[in-house]
Amino acid sequence: MSAENETIDTPAESSGGKGFQPNTVSGTLIVAVGLCLICSLLVSGGAVLLRPSIQANKRLKMQRNVLIAAGKFDEATNSDADIPGLFESVQAVLVNLPGRTGMGELEVDDANAGQLNSDLDVDTYDPRKAAKNPEQSVAIPADLDEAGIRRREQVATAYIVKGENGAVSQIVLPVYGKGLWSTLYGFLALKADNPNDMPVTGITFYEHGETPGLGGEVDNPKWKAQWPGKEILADGGKPILDVTKPGQASETNEVDGMSGATITSNGVEGLVNYWLGPDGFGPFLERYRDGQVNFTAESQGRVESAE
Amino acid sequence: MAEPKTKDVLFDPVFKNNPIALQVLGICSALAVTTRLDKAIVMSLAVTLVVAFSNAAIAVLRHYIPTSIRIIVQMTIISSLVIIVDLLLQAFIPKIADELSVFVGLIITNCIVMGRAEGFAMKNSPVVSFIDGIGNGLGYSVILLVVGFFRELLGSGTLLGHTVLPLASDGGWYVRNGLMLTPPSAFFIIGIFIWILRTLKPEQVETE
Repeated sequence: MSAENETIDTPAESSGGKGFQPNTVSGTLIVAVGLCLICSLLVSGGAVLLRPSIQANKRLKMQRNVLIAAGKFDEATNSDADIPGLFESVQAVLVNLPGRTGMGELEVDDANAGQLNSDLDVDTYDPRKAAKNPEQSVAIPADLDEAGIRRREQVATAYIVKGENGAVSQIVLPVYGKGLWSTLYGFLALKADNPNDMPVTGITFYEHGETPGLGGEVDNPKWKAQWPGKEILADGGKPILDVTKPGQASETNEVDGMSGATITSNGVEGLVNYWLGPDGFGPFLERYRDGQVNFTAESQGRVESAE
Repeated sequence: MAEPKTKDVLFDPVFKNNPIALQVLGICSALAVTTRLDKAIVMSLAVTLVVAFSNAAIAVLRHYIPTSIRIIVQMTIISSLVIIVDLLLQAFIPKIADELSVFVGLIITNCIVMGRAEGFAMKNSPVVSFIDGIGNGLGYSVILLVVGFFRELLGSGTLLGHTVLPLASDGGWYVRNGLMLTPPSAFFIIGIFIWILRTLKPEQVETE
């Protein structure tokens, strides 16, 4: 290799390497260590310099998708510059999800379940990280695991959308679960001004790896447009969403599936029902129906007893 | 073998010695990121930048790279560059970076980048190597853009997100071709591209 180099190079260039012998043990070590140092400096320098804008992008993306689910952000007319203003009416809260015993069973009278969590900081808490951390997550028994996610975090971030008078108008819940190829991450917005009747106001999926054109249609605005108004919570609060075969949805709890994407459609049904169910946000929604959850800024992170 | 001509170095890889069409390297990403033209454009730029700068960096260091660890040295330089490109994409075009996801990281294992580092930059001066990187990036880009153009046009009826062929499902006339959205269609398009190229340039046909 090196002999070949010398024949191609012009003499002026090849003179650069004369004093240094790279093919000795010490030469090899010097090059290896030096290169590693320079490369790690470059990479970590780049990471440090760009981190603020990468994190700002992530926050913006999250806020944009909460607003899309709530129907407050139209991708055709709004731009990213509108997001901070639109997001002023949204309050992020942390919700305790139901606890589990060591055996993986739901704790029957889990006093914490569905309460707002004030121990963690909503600005820095990362549910995605928590779901992977054994200390902050719990395993889901296979028979309950409609979403196909095996583990979930113990505390989730929910978003409360307030109306003009400051009253709660929508609750946006993070939902995720398995489709065909990937885990779908999204937000589901429920109308919340009447706690006894909470139809869907919108849904969005912001991250998935489903087949474009088939399962990937979950992020198609036309498919999502059939969701608003769907009554997917039965009277007792039980989630009853049914994603049917394409074109067969007729009841108010039914949504047309995507053609050519049965498994993704079933995945969406499973994950929505799971997250609205007793192992997900069910207890939280129940407390909300009973008027036990207070979102006012002063008592943020507290749940006041109904009595 | 004399120092290669700049013009040949730059334009040979586009049609005469195309890394995908003739050498059939780097087709994994050509299948994965070409469902839409904008993704193909960003990926082309990313690969072109990485090949060009890794070629230049390796050419600068070529007399100092010990023969026994040369592949690892090349990999280290290439992967550092890829990480930086990935960070830049996430910082400045987060939407497309999200969709390209792991495929930006996989530029590290793109055979074109390694192939040019080992086959060209180790033997040539930095400037020529840099131009060679740009040339091979262009060759890769041509294929990606052609594949991305047809896949987005025939699969979604759009180009860069703008509707070109109104879809029947939206009240237009065009019934979209679902195959175009799945990876095998890229094989067909690349195959047709190679067919046309080798008909025009019969010297590329392999002897049997």
